[in-house]
Amino acid sequence: MSRVTVRIPTPLRPHTGGADEVGLEGTTVGEVLQRLGAAHDGLLARVLTAEGEPRQFVNIYLGSRNVRGLEGMATRVSDGDVISIVPAVAGGAHKSQRTSARRA
Amino acid sequence: MREAEEIAQGSPVGACRLGRGFLELRIEEAVPDLDRPLVLMCGGGTRSLFAAEDLERMGYHRLYSVVGGFARWKAEGLPFDVPPRIDPNQRERYSRHLAIPEVGEAGQIRLLNSKVLLIGAGGLGSPAAFYLAAAGVGTLGLVDHDVVDRSNLQRQILHTDARVGSSKVASARHTLEALNPSVEVRTIEARLASENVEEILGGYDVVVDGSDNFPTRYLVNDACVKLGLPCAHGAVYRFEGQATVFWPGYPKQRGPCYRCIYPEPPPAELAPSCAEAGVLGVLPGVIGLIQAVETIKLLLDLGEPLIGRLLCYDALRGRFTELELARNPQCAYCGEHAIFPGYIDYEQFCSRAG
Ligand SMILES: [Zn+2]
Repeated sequence: MSRVTVRIPTPLRPHTGGADEVGLEGTTVGEVLQRLGAAHDGLLARVLTAEGEPRQFVNIYLGSRNVRGLEGMATRVSDGDVISIVPAVAGGAHKSQRTSARRA
Repeated sequence: MREAEEIAQGSPVGACRLGRGFLELRIEEAVPDLDRPLVLMCGGGTRSLFAAEDLERMGYHRLYSVVGGFARWKAEGLPFDVPPRIDPNQRERYSRHLAIPEVGEAGQIRLLNSKVLLIGAGGLGSPAAFYLAAAGVGTLGLVDHDVVDRSNLQRQILHTDARVGSSKVASARHTLEALNPSVEVRTIEARLASENVEEILGGYDVVVDGSDNFPTRYLVNDACVKLGLPCAHGAVYRFEGQATVFWPGYPKQRGPCYRCIYPEPPPAELAPSCAEAGVLGVLPGVIGLIQAVETIKLLLDLGEPLIGRLLCYDALRGRFTELELARNPQCAYCGEHAIFPGYIDYEQFCSRAG
């Protein structure tokens, strides 16, 4: 069991009571995120699919590496590691939009 | 008697660089005295002979045409010099660029001949366009369909209180031309859509994406991939910002495109809601200027572009971190054997925040 820090992006901070970092224990990235979800209602659904994989508009980093390029959710963590949740951010000015698709 | 491009290669020391095209219009001002002897030179000796006939009709009578022209002048080792290619005014304005060996006169001329398109004249586009105009980027295109709102002025520094209610691109042009009148500002008052995105982006050297919505971001990405253009990307949200360069076509290091990182935008129910919007006014200044710096680096082929790296700025913590952005070889847009799938107009449901 390793002690790691999870960085919470601004849009998800309402789920963590405003905290930008959460300290957690676990052996893999997936396990840490499941514990994060168990502690903070509603957060995990915005990050992972029902199958427990990162959503298409979210990336999970261990240090500076995307876990997709490592062993995904099974990537093992060590003491002091930092996991970052990085969703797509639209904003350049002042608003975010909700989207649906129309193929040209 | 040569064309501007030929003259740029050099002329005999002290020569009047009039060129053939405007000879009749400019000769009287350059040589008011019809009795003065004139030595005419072109590239090889033919055009100067014809020019002499024209000048004779204008009243000049002591005319000599150089056989063999400038080519022979140069071949015989006679003295010539290359005309200063930036004028004294520009030399003064850009003196701090000329003092940097990595930029210098050649680099400044390159900037003056460059074309940069800014998507959005808002929070990110304002500081980026402002500094790119100051730096002497010759042509700046601005795409925005919005009008200036008083709530924009907290961060969109191209606009002014007096211009609330007027078009953003017109307002931006006003400010940029006041700062540097020699910059050509092209205003495109339109909303980017699949029908116009290629036409608008085509012909530019770098695209600066400072848009505020996913539909535009994906259109810009897809068009940049298709046209092979580098995209200096920035995004801000409250106290956090990100910047990177997407350019799968970069010859030195093939990086990812936006869709390699985020293949699709978030669906309505999972995107941050409009009520959560907001940004610290200074933050887009930081991120927009990182985009501007990257743009200059790309134009001058300097240093290491932010390709394949996402630079994240957490203003509250005062911390920059770097995340690796890897290419997705299966990317539908820039992947190994990708066949361009077409543009997608994602629709936005969120009404404009006031
Ligand atoms: Zn891609």
